[in-house]
Amino acid sequence: MSINRREFLKIAGISTVLGIGGITAGAGLRKNAVEASSVMRRPDALTGKRWAIVVNLSKLKDEETIKRIAEACHREHNVPHIDYKNHEIKWLWPEKFEHAFPEQEDEYLAEEIKHSYVPLLCNHCDNPPCVRVCPTQATFKRADGIVMMDMHRCIGCRFCMAACPYGARSFNYKDPRKLDPKVEKNPEFPLRMKGVVEKCTLCYERLANGLEPACVKESNGGLIFGDLDDPHSEVRKVLEEHYSIRRKPELGTKPSVYYILG
Amino acid sequence: MYDGWKIIIGIIIFLGLIAFPFYYDMGKATVTPDPKIDTPEIMKLPESERKCIEPKDYMKREHMQMLDDWRDWVVRDGSTIFIASDGKQYTMSLQNTCMKCHSNKKEFCDECHNYTAVSPYCWDCHIEPKESES
Repeated sequence: MSINRREFLKIAGISTVLGIGGITAGAGLRKNAVEASSVMRRPDALTGKRWAIVVNLSKLKDEETIKRIAEACHREHNVPHIDYKNHEIKWLWPEKFEHAFPEQEDEYLAEEIKHSYVPLLCNHCDNPPCVRVCPTQATFKRADGIVMMDMHRCIGCRFCMAACPYGARSFNYKDPRKLDPKVEKNPEFPLRMKGVVEKCTLCYERLANGLEPACVKESNGGLIFGDLDDPHSEVRKVLEEHYSIRRKPELGTKPSVYYILG
Repeated sequence: MYDGWKIIIGIIIFLGLIAFPFYYDMGKATVTPDPKIDTPEIMKLPESERKCIEPKDYMKREHMQMLDDWRDWVVRDGSTIFIASDGKQYTMSLQNTCMKCHSNKKEFCDECHNYTAVSPYCWDCHIEPKESES
């Protein structure tokens, strides 16, 4: 049997159409399997447009208090304690005022302020440089302003660590599961694996359950949490009444963590 | 045929190697996976409520797709409640929902995963329930 060019093209065309049609129909059938189910937020979940934290430095200036808050955060999120500085993982940590705000250099800055400690954490920037550089969108900005980490997607390239001007990101050089095995883990929250970057997620899991972040709860009013987009929120009231500073605002990252001196 | 015996010996060796996995396993009884769903947590439930969030058949076939959807909905969209096809609501969480009932990872998850030689990386990060060594 011979076949001419015209017939060959006809058969090829028809089989292509059937093939593509078949794939599409198959995909449609698969989707319908979960048609009846849907998802929603918890009705009591905290929702906002731009979450922020205001740090009242008059209440939080000694290293011990900040360490206690960091401890509460790290316990909640199963952050391992590592003594070796190059490998340490921190979501919230104390730093000297003069190191946290190097641009505020003032020859005659009050000694008390100069040597006081400030709590540092991810600034959940409105214009986050870490999100721009992430090649897999493992770090991304949620609609409520939280700069989130999706650990499932992180490939450990560490571009975000290079991009973050605040040093808020830590890399897991070792399997955190094998570190401090004696410490009781929080069974409600996962760990991380070796080779991913992690940082403060503003307790998205607590917000979803209607609770404020763990650090805010532990700070007894030293940290104030709220929505910058809501003019009646507590953070906006506090910011209206006090002079506030932010870390490296000149970079244009629009950080959402504000510091007031008292 | 030139060097016929060489070719025939070559073919025999080739077939022997190719068939090795088959006769290596011959006569060995294959154990069909049998995931256990009789954990104390499940047995505590009244008979009528002893069912998974979706039909068993669907869960067997699609649980991996469902878990994948769940993680995107929770981590990326911030929704935490799953409304199943029968209208019941569940918190979407592997650690806090699935494994609360299925507290026997070894007999439930690993049973089939080992049989089919898949190794999902859930437990690299997520904490499995504590199991009594038995």
